[in-house]
Amino acid sequence: MGAGHGHHLHFHGHSPVHRMPAHLKLVSLLSFVVLVVATPREQFWAFGIYALLLAAVIAVSGVPFGYLGRRMVVEVPFVVFAALMPFVATGPRIDVGPFRLSEAGLLAAWGLLAKGTLGVLASLTLGATTEPRDLLLGLERLRLPQQLVQIMGFMMRYLEVVTGELKRMRIARESRGFTATSVRAWPALASTAGALFIRSYERGERIHLAMLSRGYDGRLPMAHDATATPAQWAQAGILPALTLVTMALAVAR
Amino acid sequence: MSTPVLDVRGLAYAYPDGHQALFGVNLHVHQGERVALLGPNGAGKTTFVLHLNGILAPGAGSVEVSGLPVSKENLMEIRRRVGVVFQDPDDQLFMPSVRDDVAFGPANLGVRGAALEARVVEALDRVGMVDFIDRPPHHLSFGQRRRVAVATVLAMQPEVLVLDEPSSNLDPASRRELADILRSLEVTVLMVTHDLPYAYELCPRSVVLSDGVVVADGPTRDVLTDDGLMAAHRLELPFGFDPRTIPAP
Repeated sequence: MGAGHGHHLHFHGHSPVHRMPAHLKLVSLLSFVVLVVATPREQFWAFGIYALLLAAVIAVSGVPFGYLGRRMVVEVPFVVFAALMPFVATGPRIDVGPFRLSEAGLLAAWGLLAKGTLGVLASLTLGATTEPRDLLLGLERLRLPQQLVQIMGFMMRYLEVVTGELKRMRIARESRGFTATSVRAWPALASTAGALFIRSYERGERIHLAMLSRGYDGRLPMAHDATATPAQWAQAGILPALTLVTMALAVAR
Repeated sequence: MSTPVLDVRGLAYAYPDGHQALFGVNLHVHQGERVALLGPNGAGKTTFVLHLNGILAPGAGSVEVSGLPVSKENLMEIRRRVGVVFQDPDDQLFMPSVRDDVAFGPANLGVRGAALEARVVEALDRVGMVDFIDRPPHHLSFGQRRRVAVATVLAMQPEVLVLDEPSSNLDPASRRELADILRSLEVTVLMVTHDLPYAYELCPRSVVLSDGVVVADGPTRDVLTDDGLMAAHRLELPFGFDPRTIPAP
């Protein structure tokens, strides 16, 4: 059984950022990311200010930077792509150390890297300060269709059950002397995937029966009511507002 | 006699693929009884249970719960009255927290706010799991999940609790804890099980279902000590367990 509470992205705490209703955090995150993406990439200073604003939010949340830093590895594929751009892009070239790089490519790489990193960091901050359950409630409050919210909820609940099943199947395979070393092992792996699919499908049917038995009629009752006060809206608005001012200045220059 | 909590008459059912599972089952369970439903694998026990709350509709015969026929119009009330606890708690517990899961049933019945919270806490208290109210179900032990699964149904204040293999996969301590809980509940219980000592311990009356019909119905001790009946229906007492040498619980 998993240790502790919540999931591995969540960092337990009681800061104002943790306490803020999830739907406000979602709105705040979305506006921040949209504004950052809309900022012209030539305005380097603006991104510095965004980074400072985000750092301030993280500092208030009390989540250690190292904790978020380790989770930033999710961005690696984008970093690799950004790093390739100056080499493959066309246009006038400039000398950087031993390389002749495309100027447009460099700028594009910078834009991708800066905007991507800010977006990932902001999302990780949301993940670290919000329980997955509250995120779902927040999405529901923001009028995301019920079906999508339910699907995400089931995914969250059964991810560990299904990965647990997969793990047991792997152990059972290996206990019979199987090791996946070559292409010849693929049929066995494919059968495992097939068996896992059937099992999950059948589990889905059993869950549905169990839900019907407790009076399910297509809607999940919303047990909690998370309303936000004007003060909380104002608090949640600080980051997008400052971001908006910065972006306006960057565009005007 | 009073209206039985469960009144099943001549229940027959064939699956859409033509396989007939039940051939005219008759069963009456009265209020406050604890009844064990025994039978070999494939006897139709689970099919039978799914008729009690209207998941399956009978091909012939009828099912009534405290006088209310199981039919489309009454489904919601039937599902409140008949609480089914399924064998795998992972099938039953699907919400992100224990609280939400126990609240799911009563919320479907329209209970809201403080009344809902009170129901949730009361149901969890009856199975000794209040301290776990905010935990996600997948972080509980198997025995704890089984107890929460019982609470999810108790929160609907059912008239009869139907348990499918309640003792399966439990370690001896969890098994005993669940037995204590079931004994403490003032509710009619129908327990589907292969665990004959458990049936003997908890249920004064046993019904044997075999090949889709009821072949025995009587005091658990008499059923378990009827060697001819037991052998004819693939029921065997586990090694070392003999109801004749054990005083009635």
